[in-house]
Amino acid sequence: MNLHEYQSKELFCNAGIPTLEGMVADSPQQARKAAKQLQGDQWAVKAQVHAGGRGKAGGVKMAKSLDDVELIASKMLGSRLITKQTDQMGLPINLVYIERGTQIIFEFYLSLVIDRTKESWTFIASSEGGVDIEMVAEKTPEKINKYTIDPAIGIDTHQLSLMAEKLNLDVNLQEQFIAITKKIFVLAKDADASQVEINPLIVDQNNTFIALDAKIVVEDNSLFRQPELALLKDSSQENDIEQRASENGLSYVSLDGNIACMVNGAGLAMATMDLIKIHGGEPANFLDVGGDATTQRVTAAFELILENRNVSAILVNIFGGIVRCDVIAEGIIDAVKTTNSSLPIVVRLEGTNVQSGKAKLMESGLDIISADDLSDAAEKVVQSAANYRESS
Amino acid sequence: MSILVHRNSRILCQGITGKQGTFHTKQCIHYGTKIVGGVTPGKGGQEHLGVPVFDTVKEAKEQTDADVSIIFVPAQYAAEAIVAAVDAKIELIVCITEGIPVQDMINVKSNIRNSNSKLLGPNCPGIITPEQTKIGIMPAFIHQQGSIGIISRSGTLTYEAVYQTSKNGLGQSTCVGIGGDPIKGLNFIDCLELFESDDQTQGIVLVGEIGGSDEEKAAEFIKGNITKPVVAYIAGISAPSGKRMGHAGAIVSGKEGTAEGKYEAFRKAGVTTVESPALIGETMRTLMNQ
Repeated sequence: MNLHEYQSKELFCNAGIPTLEGMVADSPQQARKAAKQLQGDQWAVKAQVHAGGRGKAGGVKMAKSLDDVELIASKMLGSRLITKQTDQMGLPINLVYIERGTQIIFEFYLSLVIDRTKESWTFIASSEGGVDIEMVAEKTPEKINKYTIDPAIGIDTHQLSLMAEKLNLDVNLQEQFIAITKKIFVLAKDADASQVEINPLIVDQNNTFIALDAKIVVEDNSLFRQPELALLKDSSQENDIEQRASENGLSYVSLDGNIACMVNGAGLAMATMDLIKIHGGEPANFLDVGGDATTQRVTAAFELILENRNVSAILVNIFGGIVRCDVIAEGIIDAVKTTNSSLPIVVRLEGTNVQSGKAKLMESGLDIISADDLSDAAEKVVQSAANYRESS
Repeated sequence: MSILVHRNSRILCQGITGKQGTFHTKQCIHYGTKIVGGVTPGKGGQEHLGVPVFDTVKEAKEQTDADVSIIFVPAQYAAEAIVAAVDAKIELIVCITEGIPVQDMINVKSNIRNSNSKLLGPNCPGIITPEQTKIGIMPAFIHQQGSIGIISRSGTLTYEAVYQTSKNGLGQSTCVGIGGDPIKGLNFIDCLELFESDDQTQGIVLVGEIGGSDEEKAAEFIKGNITKPVVAYIAGISAPSGKRMGHAGAIVSGKEGTAEGKYEAFRKAGVTTVESPALIGETMRTLMNQ
């Protein structure tokens, strides 16, 4: 789960990580009021969206007067921001963060991530701050410094000093750097964060480090024990169908194609998408109904699929293990009847009670195309989608 | 032979009295698996499914001499359950539970590294040596004793690979579901190594998916260490970047973890790959006949 910059900065503040004074606003008037309250003669107006690359996309603007603040906020609020990290629809800007301006002497990059390869936390620091860190890693890998924490030992001050040295920091900044990294580690553990990123981490005219941006990702599996953080979820930044799917115990990802699929198991769901593609089609979604799919879930899955107007055929691919094919068949029949859909449906059933499942589909009198194996299913659904498009 | 587990493996079930634990342990017993006891804190002294229940793994281990433990404990307590099994010196710990906080897994792995225990999973279907022992949630009837070792990050895709190798008359020596989490126990390389030195195993099916770089490492390892034929399939060639595809570990971040990159690594290592999951069984059979 992503947190907004303003939410992350509040956590930073509580953890003692230096940030600038700022206030969040949901209207241009409020933005103006915030700037006035913050005082000064320069402010940053920052769009609060769950995506990086805001600066280049026009989501971070400097204002030199209160009128400016109001004007910029009025343009941002209610619009959608499209960045390198969003899709072409972009994300809605419902909040802006107003921050007092500051002088930037140096810009660094600092993050702490859960590193799956090292099976621990890794700090990443670079003297190249305020830019796309993946680009830095690709073009000038020598500018990326990493330190992986040994979970059996915990954070090692000596390793942090080595990092600070590589960043060419003076003694004063080294001390600040070590203090900040330690606080980030405590924060990450306390918040079950899988990522804490400061880009840029700046040095101002007083030779003080300040987190100019802040990004925290709270790991989804940990939300059950982070009830306060779970409340910070901003649904407006999430895909609506994906969200409702997860409320129904379904795992759904929207894609651009026109062939919907409904599968049990995440791996098989991906494999089904791959098959559609191999046979010349384009998948409309990833959808895992889970290992214990019930009739209700299958119906809910169908309803979600049908919301996507691009869909011109549906492929149901079930490998019945724990879940029985006859139960799935009943679910399909039920769903087709309730949703009254005219879309072609190709069903491939395999595994537990497959014969009675297939028999049920036959007896239903519904126009369901039965497939013998994976390839057959993919071929049939791609063909059906093409036919449906032609006829409609 | 087989790898990791066989007909004489003595299995303990942590979380045996829960709904999932009860259902699947029953299926395992039905398959012939030697379930020797269960653990549910607070329920020690009771009997469940015909085996004794203990309060702690330590006690259970002492009383039953179990060497394998299968865990069905809910995600909140699963990491603790794994560590309890490590402390009790259980040799192989199979964790089925999905949704364990990744931070907990960092600590679990740190514990495992300093022990003699092996961990399989979490978020995995378990392990089966056909006609000997089933320690997991896989549907038993698709398996056939045979010559192919299967290693997979995904549950239902393991079944697909099993089904296809059965249909092609090859059967399986042992099937290992290593799980879909980013931080997990046994990995491809551990299992490849075991299959290489197992007499029964004549060929290996490797089912990977997007996310991380375990497949790339496996490819490198196969090149230098595996003499048996391997067929590799990677799920997610059509998956978009930055989206988590069901499994916690199935996500492409930037240029890392793509299916293309993994296929490329296998091809470079001279490993036979299939881009269609429908061709796993056939391709393996062709390789075996060469």
